[in-house]
Amino acid sequence: MIPGALREEVARDGETIVFVARDRLLEVMTWLKETPGQQFDYLVDVTAVEFRDRERPLQVVYFLRSLTRRADLRVKVELDAAGDLAVDSVWGLWRGADWLEREVFDMFGITFRGHPDLRRILMWETYAEGFPLRKDFPLRGRFSRAEQVRQALNANPEAHYSLDELSIADAWGDLPDDMRERLKRGERGVVPE
Amino acid sequence: MSSRTIELELATPGLDAQGRPVRVPLPADGQPVGSELGGEHLLLNMGPQHPATHGVLRLVVELDGETVVRCIPHLGYLHSGFEKLGEYRHYNQIVPLTDRTDYLSPMANNVGMALAAEKLMGIEITPRCTVLRVIACEMSRIISHMVWLGTTSIDLGAFTPFLWAFQERERIYNLQEMWTGARLTTSLTRVGGLMADIPDGFVERLREFTRTFPKTLEEIDRVLTRNAVWAGRTQGVGVLTAAEAINYSLSGPMLRASGVPYDVRKDKPYLGYETYDFEVPVGEHGDVYDRYLVRLEECHQANRILQQALARLPDGPINVDDPRVILPPKSRAMSDMEAMIFHFKQVMEGVKAPVGEAYVGIENPKGELGNYFVSDGTAKPVRWRIRPPSFINLSALPKMAEGHLLSDLVAINASVDIVMGEVDR
Repeated sequence: MIPGALREEVARDGETIVFVARDRLLEVMTWLKETPGQQFDYLVDVTAVEFRDRERPLQVVYFLRSLTRRADLRVKVELDAAGDLAVDSVWGLWRGADWLEREVFDMFGITFRGHPDLRRILMWETYAEGFPLRKDFPLRGRFSRAEQVRQALNANPEAHYSLDELSIADAWGDLPDDMRERLKRGERGVVPE
Repeated sequence: MSSRTIELELATPGLDAQGRPVRVPLPADGQPVGSELGGEHLLLNMGPQHPATHGVLRLVVELDGETVVRCIPHLGYLHSGFEKLGEYRHYNQIVPLTDRTDYLSPMANNVGMALAAEKLMGIEITPRCTVLRVIACEMSRIISHMVWLGTTSIDLGAFTPFLWAFQERERIYNLQEMWTGARLTTSLTRVGGLMADIPDGFVERLREFTRTFPKTLEEIDRVLTRNAVWAGRTQGVGVLTAAEAINYSLSGPMLRASGVPYDVRKDKPYLGYETYDFEVPVGEHGDVYDRYLVRLEECHQANRILQQALARLPDGPINVDDPRVILPPKSRAMSDMEAMIFHFKQVMEGVKAPVGEAYVGIENPKGELGNYFVSDGTAKPVRWRIRPPSFINLSALPKMAEGHLLSDLVAINASVDIVMGEVDR
């Protein structure tokens, strides 16, 4: 029995799903990775599920695999949509979680505590419309097509680099004064009216 | 800016033995030339419109001289929201979206999505459909690897293999066109079957392809494998150890080139792959060269599987006999009341999946393509997740590139075999 497991289910493809309490996720994952007999050394995928039924909690789904034992396992954490959407990052266990967790953050707005570089990955960093894969996000986006085009055309070039990158090569000193001022105030990519 | 420029004292004693002017930098004041260049780093933006990034990938590279200190990929230029779109579509309507994810192997994507939907609904496909799907997957593997080989050899300065590889790819594309009517957006599968059986003459033409294709592979092998320039540009470049490859969740040829013998076709067989006789090539060094060798050998093995599949192709229906899932033939839908009702219900309501979830991973040319469906009992999935192999493989790019030269970054990026349609989805 896996420590910290709340309940188990069998999916329609025959795989075992283990539900884990949010606070014990990292502990359970470490146990699963490092215990002999478990050895889930490979992280297949990380994703999240939100149901159409708003009452049901969001799920963060981890697909684990043991390459030595040739076995799979699915671990789920349930998050209350009205509450704090945050879980611990498994970045320290599997480096493959880096971009996968960033994508879940980008698409669902779920924060992974302890992730060293939790930025948007598919949407641009200054994207302001919310989280596209949430059910309350309309298929065509929150803004009209005309507004989206206007924003895209008016976006400042500085929005395309992160501050981190601009600090390389002493580029900071070469920037125009007004851009430096804006960046200091944290106004990256603000669309002019 | 003055610190960046350095006055080089050139040794100009005249001409060398061949009569060329000698231009060797001399140490200035006892300092080796270039030491002053260290310390100040250059920020280079590569892409998103750059031929060597294989699509709209943008890499921000911090350079120390020519050495990559840091590489920060920026994605999303081709983000189309396929997963979101899938939540608003019936299962069969999702098939065209899968064409457009990894558009270098559309048929394999169609198969992967259909297998996951069938697993969710508990549908057993027919024997003929199984073999035809294997043919579709292996044809995709060959065209995808041919594109990879061609573009990578161009990136590294070899033009001839590119032409040979694309000629072979063209022959498969003609076969795809024959089968589905489309070269790229094939939309081959339906839940429970295929959109069409193979036409007359297809088997003969594919058999002719499998007979002649190894010759091209041998020619490419002769031109590249022991080529000094090719080996010099690829050996020892972008090395990932087995432990690193596992930790970065790599899959497909990227994982196997690092020496991890995991192939979904062998270890979690689908479509009856366990009954085919083929080998899984595994690399040793985990560098760009080994990835090339693995992919080249995979083409040979795919060819073998194609030959075996053609030899065993059974007769029979391609679709399951279930009117709730498969559309009736048009002639019956127009003349038979029962068939018309099923036709109407399927078009208007779609195929309803039971409550639950299913994940099916298949061995795509790029790696493990996973399709994960969550259903709440309606005809449209609650969640359709694609596990994108090249997205996850690409996440190891900074790790592989850092410390190498900028020119090696091109080779490493090519070796990942990315398709931005799939990376960004």
